[in-house]
Amino acid sequence: MSALDVRDLSVGYGKVKVLHGLSLAVPEGAIATVIGPNGAGKTTLLMALMGLIPGRGAVVYGDRDIAADSTEERVGYGLCLVPERRELFSDMPVADNLLLGAFPRIRRGARDVEDDVAAVYQRFPRLQERRTQLAGTLSGGERQMLALGRALMARPKLLMLDEPSLGLAPRIVRDIFQVIADLKSTGVSILLVEQNARAALQVADYGYVLEMGELVLEGPASELAANPRVLESYLGLAHSPE
Amino acid sequence: MSFNIALWLSQDAITNGAIYALLALALVAVYTVTRVIFVPQGDFISLAALSLATLQAGLVPGTVYLLIGGGLLITAIDGVAVLRKKKLKRFAAIALENIALPAVIAGAAVWSASRPEDILLQVAVTLAIVTPMGPMLYRLAFQPVANAPILVLLIIAVAVHYMLTGMALVFFGGEGVRTQLLPDISFQLGVLNITGQSLAVIITSLVLIVLLAILFGSTVYGKALRATALNRTGARLVGISSEFTGRLSFALAALIGAASGILVSPFTTIYYDTGFLISLKGFVGAIIGGMTNYPLAALGSLLVGFLESFSSFWASTFKESIVFTLIIPVLLWRSLTTHRVEEDEEP
Ligand SMILES: Nc1ncnc2c1ncn2[C@@H]1O[C@H](COP(=O)(O)OP(=O)(O)O)[C@@H](O)[C@H]1O
Ligand SMILES: [Mg+2]
Repeated sequence: MSALDVRDLSVGYGKVKVLHGLSLAVPEGAIATVIGPNGAGKTTLLMALMGLIPGRGAVVYGDRDIAADSTEERVGYGLCLVPERRELFSDMPVADNLLLGAFPRIRRGARDVEDDVAAVYQRFPRLQERRTQLAGTLSGGERQMLALGRALMARPKLLMLDEPSLGLAPRIVRDIFQVIADLKSTGVSILLVEQNARAALQVADYGYVLEMGELVLEGPASELAANPRVLESYLGLAHSPE
Repeated sequence: MSFNIALWLSQDAITNGAIYALLALALVAVYTVTRVIFVPQGDFISLAALSLATLQAGLVPGTVYLLIGGGLLITAIDGVAVLRKKKLKRFAAIALENIALPAVIAGAAVWSASRPEDILLQVAVTLAIVTPMGPMLYRLAFQPVANAPILVLLIIAVAVHYMLTGMALVFFGGEGVRTQLLPDISFQLGVLNITGQSLAVIITSLVLIVLLAILFGSTVYGKALRATALNRTGARLVGISSEFTGRLSFALAALIGAASGILVSPFTTIYYDTGFLISLKGFVGAIIGGMTNYPLAALGSLLVGFLESFSSFWASTFKESIVFTLIIPVLLWRSLTTHRVEEDEEP
């Protein structure tokens, strides 16, 4: 059973085609990862899955095709994206950024939002220290934590992460990947996009390699990590010190 | 100028400035949330004042038909779309909002027209007639092109303004009206003769401004509006739909316009196109706030009130020119001191 099933998805910006008929799946409760070089179309893929840019093809979530639904509707179904650019509300305090992560739930009358804020603070004590500070004044690592925390406030069923390690210090990268592993154990299905192939393949169950808008390889993450082509192109630094 | 005259002019300035401030806040809200430079803001003033005057004359205002017509149109467009998808619940919600609600308001209008002495009811009915026109306008004129460039949205706004002005002329004719709100009380404070009317304007405006501050500062809906203004993509990603924030900001704008119309109509003769001229002063205030800064926009509007009041004493023929000439140095100053808000980068 797949949480997300993408079939023959093509996406472009105007006349420029970026993704050429991708088919991929995120197994229920598992972590799937898409690795690939800069410019391969990873961000484009996630944006299309969230409905931020239009695409052709089927996007089946659970048992319905959501390809024609708006971003807000997809959020309502339980999809959630932590975008590459984080897209925080920079002139608002940390606490308000988190609160708004639960906006659709609040509109539906949820009363346990405060508990979820507390849970996010427990996961990221740093955010609690900074809760009255404007999001725009946070460091890169804190911004990533806030983006992740804001996403968790939506109680996602399928969480998509676009380069969560981008520009972060190794220690923070470890923390973030630890959180991703924790989330999987709570039953959230995850689609992880990374240039940091080693970290991604370590945490993921299944992997895809995207190059120039096409999926060129796929397989269980451990097998991919042993694949000579992946070793050479993406894990080439495997033996050099960090 | 004697001190007494200055005091007297100041009273006038603050009374008008408070109205301009309300309008400026609405303009800032609509612009930051939807990127629409809301030219029709002032039309709500005229529509509200003329509707109130008609109710006070014991007649049902034509704006009621506008409301019913708009509701039917929206039901036809949105209702058919959701019926095709067999979403019956959604259809019921649309019909309730766009057919049942206007019908109830129309009923209230008929009832209110038969009770010419019940001023409070007339005011409530007027607000109820005009406020839903905001979200209706958003749905019909702006939502279909929500991602269009700012210039396109502006041109549509101008078109909507002319349409509304035309409707006001059709429904109410070219006659000016004044409404009766409070008994003509006034009292002496030192040398100043304070009228109940201007006191009511100032207090009501202040209350509304405080309510707006609470809405934007402390409620999750107000925060959602601000979040949309700060980062459109971020807002969509947390599930704040632009349809929802657009409708909410337009409802606020219509409510503020209607309230302003009700407040000014006892001491300003309102014609079908007067509202637009009043809202232009609010625009000057909003521009002082860079169209994005609420407190600056409110203060700027107060400045406009003072400028207008004192120039009407010194150089009354040039009153309007002086106020609008203010835009030039303000724009110069702003373009030198501020960086523009980020434009959407979405395709
Ligand atoms: N807004 C855009 N308009 C046009 N082309 C774009 C846009 N965004 C990305 N692209 C192009 O699409 C391709 C894939 O980009 P992207 O999805 O960001 O790749 P990745 O996330 O894998 O680095 C690149 O060639 C990029 O130049
Ligand atoms: Mg990318």
